[in-house]
Amino acid sequence: MTDSVHREERTTGAEGVLITSADLAGGGVRGDDPDIRGKFGVFGGRYVPEALIPALDEVAAEYEKAKTDLGFIREFDHLLRTYAGRPTTITEVPRFAEQAGGARLLLKREDLTHTGAHKINNVLGQALLTKRLGKTRVIAETGAGQHGVATATAAALMGLECVIYMGAVDCERQALNVARMKLLGATVVPVTNGSQTLKDAINEAFRDWVTNVDRTHYLFGTVAGPHPFPEIVRDFARIIGVEARRQVLELTGRLPDAVAAAVGGGSNAIGIFHAFLDDENVQLHGYEAGGRGAENGEHALTLTKGSIGVLHGSRTYVLQDEEGQTIESHSISAGLDYPGVGPEHAWLKDSGRAVYHGVTDAEAMEAFSLLARTEGIIPAIESSHALAGALKLGRELGPEATILVNLSGRGDKDMGTAMKYFNL
Amino acid sequence: MTNPTLAAGAVERHLRARRDTGRGLLMPYVTGGITPGWTDYLRAFAAAGADAIEVGLPFSDPTLDGVTIQQAGETALARGASTRRILADLSGMPDVGVPLVASTYYNLVLHDGHEAFCAALRRAGVGGLIVPDLPVHEADELTDVAADAGIELVLLASPATPQPRLAEISCRSRGFVYAVSLMGTTGERAALAVSAAELTERIRRVTDQPVLLGFGISTPDQAREARRHADGVVVGAAVMRRVLDGAGPDDLRAFLATLRQALDQECDRPR
Repeated sequence: MTDSVHREERTTGAEGVLITSADLAGGGVRGDDPDIRGKFGVFGGRYVPEALIPALDEVAAEYEKAKTDLGFIREFDHLLRTYAGRPTTITEVPRFAEQAGGARLLLKREDLTHTGAHKINNVLGQALLTKRLGKTRVIAETGAGQHGVATATAAALMGLECVIYMGAVDCERQALNVARMKLLGATVVPVTNGSQTLKDAINEAFRDWVTNVDRTHYLFGTVAGPHPFPEIVRDFARIIGVEARRQVLELTGRLPDAVAAAVGGGSNAIGIFHAFLDDENVQLHGYEAGGRGAENGEHALTLTKGSIGVLHGSRTYVLQDEEGQTIESHSISAGLDYPGVGPEHAWLKDSGRAVYHGVTDAEAMEAFSLLARTEGIIPAIESSHALAGALKLGRELGPEATILVNLSGRGDKDMGTAMKYFNL
Repeated sequence: MTNPTLAAGAVERHLRARRDTGRGLLMPYVTGGITPGWTDYLRAFAAAGADAIEVGLPFSDPTLDGVTIQQAGETALARGASTRRILADLSGMPDVGVPLVASTYYNLVLHDGHEAFCAALRRAGVGGLIVPDLPVHEADELTDVAADAGIELVLLASPATPQPRLAEISCRSRGFVYAVSLMGTTGERAALAVSAAELTERIRRVTDQPVLLGFGISTPDQAREARRHADGVVVGAAVMRRVLDGAGPDDLRAFLATLRQALDQECDRPR
């Protein structure tokens, strides 16, 4: 099946040129897909109310069909090219790399996509899936508002009703994105219970889903949550690494020595890592938000400082106290401010295939400003964590090394934070 | 399951025995640690004619709970409630004469470890456990560990559950089968959901275990109607709203007595 799809895709020209069935990992190219119960080793699974199990089964079954359906792949491919603006380029940043021990740094420019971040890849895929499911309404959670804006965008494009849950605290902090979502026709519901941030927005979205599941798809925003979300979101984000791997080979004639990405829930990181999993000589480095530092407890170091637990339907690393209650995370970057992480990252960490580190607010903001001044690119603060990590990594690997960095989004949304931080 | 009573635990035996006398079963819920003297509510529930009592162990992220139980959980946590302290409170009180069933989200079980968690429940005199975010296929390991510790792990069935899966849930559930009356979260509702009757009837087809209907049962009329389909009812948000509004054990005893009376009246009717 995979081979024939490949051949057909390659000869049709106009459609399916970016992505093939094999590029969606479900084409069977790898044997490390989650098992039938959605487990990556001991991680993942479905820790959700019984009422949601039939809906998750339905989503999983529909996606199984879609991922080898040439019509679906072509439609997704078409949207990625003509709407999201793919392929995104890679940019070499020599002036920035002077601070990285002379290593060669290549940025995968997800910041150049429509809506300004990698999130558009996943929402387009899942919005298409929503239509296949025959559902007319999507709900989503959002922290900083980026996934909410992306979801509202896809919903507007495809004529779906859209409700976004957003912590009341975040609504205030990200008023501009609230306005964007409203302009795109979405209803934004401020969540006033719990800590009024991302994790509570997810709780509230689950409550909506269990109530309205017959006509609603939960357009989950990251590679966390119950099976099949970690697999589906990864597959729709996987185009990032598929493109980047080809582009680096074309540009340099070889694979990079390392790939670096920021990790909150983990979708942009899985998106760029996954195409390199089989390339054993390519190191994979994920950078979590160290916030104000690991010592004072104000961070989002889920993989590096957390312990195994269950949050939002998935068994993974979480930040929890000695009683098992979830601890609030802290980061200057709202997109990384989450006390859980995708189960595949937990699995990659434990297997040693990927390595995870912390980057503090201060280190990320330094990289943020350095990239702006040396290369004329204002990155998202989330992506700045990966940039800061790459600076350190370059100094370790030396001037012969090539490092691919996922510039997962642009920094326009972060101007308020930057104005305050740098007294602009 | 030729002779299910043979393998039945204490909670199931107790509920079966009461059901078999024709009694409608009443299981009120209280969030552990909600007030300084919260265990007084348990005594009031028993005195009002409860057949079992559900004790919630509050969790920071209660995704299946509506606003009332959420607020109760937050209030208890803010007071410093924890699994350890709640179970210590239970250990310190005399037997109330009806089974205690703990309910909580899976992270709190996993955090302590299955064996340690179930052993702690047993030491506190708890006989059953409800974990609403642990569906049947994820629950196998805990079911076995719990059974070894003398704890009956209750599984939940939902109106969306297909019939083959419902059979599996009914077969693996211990204590009783918890029928979730509607698609939604915990909380009071104006009327019993229409899905309640259909779900209960579908469970009946595959098991003779006691079936308790929960979610949205808040008034004597609703309890009476629920009793027409199920063996009994679970009443949570209607209790906790009163507790949050300042009602004491005596007030709750009076409220539950109205539900008890409704259930008793219903069972006098020809069925």
